[in-house]
Amino acid sequence: MTAPAQPQTQPQVYEGIAVSGGVALGPLHVLRGPGATARRAGDPVQEAAAFKAALNEAATALQALIEAEDSLAGDILEFQLALLEDDDITAPVLAAIAGGTPADRAWIDKMDAEIADYRGDGDGVLAGRAEDLSDLKNRVLSALTGSSAALAEVPAGAILVAEDLTPSLFLDIDWSRLAGAVTTGGSPTSHVAILARARGVSLVVGTRLAVEGLPAGGTAILDAAAGRLTVNPDSAARAAAEAAGAAEAEKERAIAAVLHQPARTADGIPVMVLANIDAPALLDQVSSDICDGVGLTRTEFLFAGGRQPDEEEQLAFYRRLLAWADGRPVTVRTLDAGGDKPLPGVTIDGETNPFLGVRGLRLSFARPEVFRCQLRALVRAAEEAGNLKVMLPMITAPWELDQARAMLDEEIAGLRQAGIPCAHPALGIMIEVPAAALMAGDFEADFYSIGSNDLIQYTAACARDNPAVAALADPRTPAVLELIRRVVAAGEARGVEVSLCGEMASSPALISSLLDCGLTMLSCAPAQIGPVKLAIADYDGRGRNGADHG
Amino acid sequence: MSDIEPTVEWVSDAAVIQDPTGLHARPAVKLTRLAKTFEAAVEIRANHGNNWTNAKSPNKVMKLKAAHGEPLHVRAAGADAPAAVAALIDLLNRDFDD
Repeated sequence: MTAPAQPQTQPQVYEGIAVSGGVALGPLHVLRGPGATARRAGDPVQEAAAFKAALNEAATALQALIEAEDSLAGDILEFQLALLEDDDITAPVLAAIAGGTPADRAWIDKMDAEIADYRGDGDGVLAGRAEDLSDLKNRVLSALTGSSAALAEVPAGAILVAEDLTPSLFLDIDWSRLAGAVTTGGSPTSHVAILARARGVSLVVGTRLAVEGLPAGGTAILDAAAGRLTVNPDSAARAAAEAAGAAEAEKERAIAAVLHQPARTADGIPVMVLANIDAPALLDQVSSDICDGVGLTRTEFLFAGGRQPDEEEQLAFYRRLLAWADGRPVTVRTLDAGGDKPLPGVTIDGETNPFLGVRGLRLSFARPEVFRCQLRALVRAAEEAGNLKVMLPMITAPWELDQARAMLDEEIAGLRQAGIPCAHPALGIMIEVPAAALMAGDFEADFYSIGSNDLIQYTAACARDNPAVAALADPRTPAVLELIRRVVAAGEARGVEVSLCGEMASSPALISSLLDCGLTMLSCAPAQIGPVKLAIADYDGRGRNGADHG
Repeated sequence: MSDIEPTVEWVSDAAVIQDPTGLHARPAVKLTRLAKTFEAAVEIRANHGNNWTNAKSPNKVMKLKAAHGEPLHVRAAGADAPAAVAALIDLLNRDFDD
């Protein structure tokens, strides 16, 4: 390819949603999705042969991927491979083809029916597999339309642009030779976004750019941290991107060196780094080897879309979570609905100020049947694994903890009477209301965990969702740090653990402030575990103001 | 017994599912792969349901939603039926080698 000699065209900037990654410069490469190529159907015999060939091609590709992937991704792919060999799936498709339906149509019809079946069942485990079915559907379709070969044409160091990426396609791509990807659609919470975060692939979604309008082979800067794609950048922007890319590569090497090691400050203080789990898919994508346990499980996802999971369904998830943690401590927060997390059928509508209303534990007391059901599932899980802890959100006064403990005791007594095994878990509280932070020592809790997002909002009187007051909601505001120090001191005085599980612990830039407060237990987003461990390793408490590692 | 419906000789047994998530994707794949190594028709049934389902279909096994702690019933009919049942029960007892 010859370099264009004409003057640079104007830079074009596209804003999207940052998922993960850093800054990179590379050629743009537009990827067409499966089905983008029109397919001409043959007679039923040819269609059956084409379908079988597509199944074989998909199976071969899956087999190769399974050998290359780690065991977690491998298990997901093994299930897809098994479905390819399932007569219950393929026989009806072949029957439809014999009846005159084109192969792609017959396959789409069967798989769409199965996907709807998995999704509509109401079972969490089954619904989670619907994504695999959808992935398998696209994989075979790609083989039928021949678009999988398109990947081979992607130049090294390219920024991929696609309307969307499926998990299959994502895993098919050798990201180590590419700069990253931009999708026009997609969501930061999709399976692909989780894969990208877990693997550190630069990804920006939801740019809504017109793929057809992009210059073929043009150069662009992908700033995945800012969620921005700049096409035709000027020379100053190129130089800055190159420098930033080199600095990031260096940082990634440093993170890789500490990721699987226990965290320790430069002056030798061990710090526990735990993971925040807010979706079951994380358990498939992240290895528990990189963390010291789970410091916060947001159980709201169990109730997504107004579902009311029964005791058995909740128990199944808690068991899965404990199995994933493999003996490491696991803290599960009881349902924390209300405020900015309304839940149809559970939260109270029409409150004038939901953040100061019936949310968290207050809502659990208003909906005791939902709370008691969750407590039963938790105490049953606690009987099977001694490492489970239960955390109450949005607690304000000591009597709330006493009341919750009484309810927990009642559920344990009821289960024992029914002959169902259960055990007392450690019962702790989340410190996110200034009243609780100031008087933490008055709460007979088995542990404290600071929820920094709400603590900042309530201390600074700044709504979390209002950018106009964001400057006042600085996490390092002295009042917030003072409250954190008080909670740490209360924990030391009572001899109980204190951790911090809010967003602050997921921000490497804030780690030094938290360690200055005397915290030695932090729970953060799984993707931030590496950067947070690096920030801890860089921290030296000797001679710092306010440092107290007694 | 009427001779309108031919009598099938089923060999059957049951074992408790130990995997904490029940018969989810990974165990379902292992179970169907093993069942497919036998010529006999092999079927399984969750303790909570009445329907026997083809143990050679991962899709059907997945949809059975057999849970942790409940017995899984296994039956087989055909030349190697006893061996098939014994092998599946053994896999359950080994907790799918996890």
